[in-house]
Amino acid sequence: MAVKKRMKDFTLMERIYIPVIAKGLSITLQNMFRKPYTLMYPEEKFIPTGEYRGRPVLVMEEDGSERCVACGLCARVCPPLAIQLQASETEREKERYPISFEINMLRCIFCGLCEEVCPEEAIVMSKDYEVAFESRQDAIFGLDRLLTPIEELRDRIEFVRANK
Amino acid sequence: MEPWINAGVALGKLLILANIVLINVAYLVYWERKLSAWAQSRVGPNRVGPAGLLQPFADVLKLVLKEDIVPTQAYKPIHTLAPFLALFVAFTSFAVIPIGPDITIADSAWQAIFGDSFSFAIIPSINPGILYILALTSIGVYAITMSGWSSGSKYSLLGGVRSSAQMISYEISMGFSIAGVVLLAQSLSPQAIIESQSGWMWNIFVQPIGFITFVTAAFAETNRLPFDLPEAEPELVGGYHTEYSSMKFGSFFLAEYANMTTASALIVLLYLGGWQVPYIEKLGLSETLTVIIQVAAFFLKVAALLFFFIWVRWSIPRFRYDQLMSIGWKVMFPLALINLVWVAVIAMIFN
Repeated sequence: MAVKKRMKDFTLMERIYIPVIAKGLSITLQNMFRKPYTLMYPEEKFIPTGEYRGRPVLVMEEDGSERCVACGLCARVCPPLAIQLQASETEREKERYPISFEINMLRCIFCGLCEEVCPEEAIVMSKDYEVAFESRQDAIFGLDRLLTPIEELRDRIEFVRANK
Repeated sequence: MEPWINAGVALGKLLILANIVLINVAYLVYWERKLSAWAQSRVGPNRVGPAGLLQPFADVLKLVLKEDIVPTQAYKPIHTLAPFLALFVAFTSFAVIPIGPDITIADSAWQAIFGDSFSFAIIPSINPGILYILALTSIGVYAITMSGWSSGSKYSLLGGVRSSAQMISYEISMGFSIAGVVLLAQSLSPQAIIESQSGWMWNIFVQPIGFITFVTAAFAETNRLPFDLPEAEPELVGGYHTEYSSMKFGSFFLAEYANMTTASALIVLLYLGGWQVPYIEKLGLSETLTVIIQVAAFFLKVAALLFFFIWVRWSIPRFRYDQLMSIGWKVMFPLALINLVWVAVIAMIFN
């Protein structure tokens, strides 16, 4: 915290104002020649690291199938009730899979609890932060938009494992 | 010389100079935004046109297209008149400022149009031109006070009242600073004042105290940042132009920047030697080239001062109201008086 100064505590130099003003001016002048940190956004995009919590997505295995076993834990834990899924049975080893999985992105608060609670590492937070829609219907993300190839999510999965 | 030719010449000069001032004002807004961005490590406008150079036109277009709202509590005639008055004052005070030296015309063909000599000021024949500028800039406060009163809003009224109080306190030190310059030049004519500052005898070196008081007063007169109490956004919403919208607000906006230009030109005229370039006659250039360099020098000095205006705005926080008053009356006024005595002593010794 800055020390509070009263008018009577000011030295003569401070009282004349002009040296103090010159000092302030020199600071802004120095700033004018500093390189700005601005990113030219739509052309130049910010690429987050694995720590970043973007739009939640479902992991798609290398063979193109979803990793999710439709246990419903994420839907259960989701604070704003944004997740809705319907389970079905399959002949494969994992026995269950979601026939529909919807995340309402108008409701999602990007808390990452679904990711934390998932026993299969099947739902993770991606790096996608450009979530804009033109209608309410458009905001409900189904399986087609949620399934993301696992290669794109490697560093997030590693980050989640390291912090479990 | 025929009177209608005289009028035509004046009109032509008016057209050119008014356009220079208008374009300058438009780009001043651009530079204000650009410099403020740089001072804060930002980029500033860069989307409209190359490097954002068309931004001022986009801004004006937006302002023109907006709805013009007059509050029900407002007194409409004065509410409408005030922005025009502000613009009028800002532009007319430029009329007597000579942006270059008087040229003696030898060619008879040109003599028929311009007479014996050509002056760069729009109205060259006003001898007490400084008084004319002082009178007009004092009217400027009416525009602000009228807009504040007629808006029917507390914030606007406070802004208007503050403006008039501020103007009274700073007009005095401004007047005394000018008195020092006039005393040294022994003339009220702007051209004579510039000619008296030949060589390095610029008034900024002869009477530095007067320069400081005048620049401070100019800041207060134009309502620029360390003294922008009439519009003080955090305290008074928008001050006197709270209730203005569309191009009426635009007029106040333009007037502020036009005032800045006029104030800079006035500072250059009174203290920085006007169009004078020291010892340019020793270089042995042709007369035309000399005049071009001198006119360019005038614009360069004005540009430097405008940069200073913007630079100060983004460096120094606003004064508190009582600080403003105490600086005006207890610091600036005595300093201006000291300056006047100092100039009188100089004039006595060297004359």
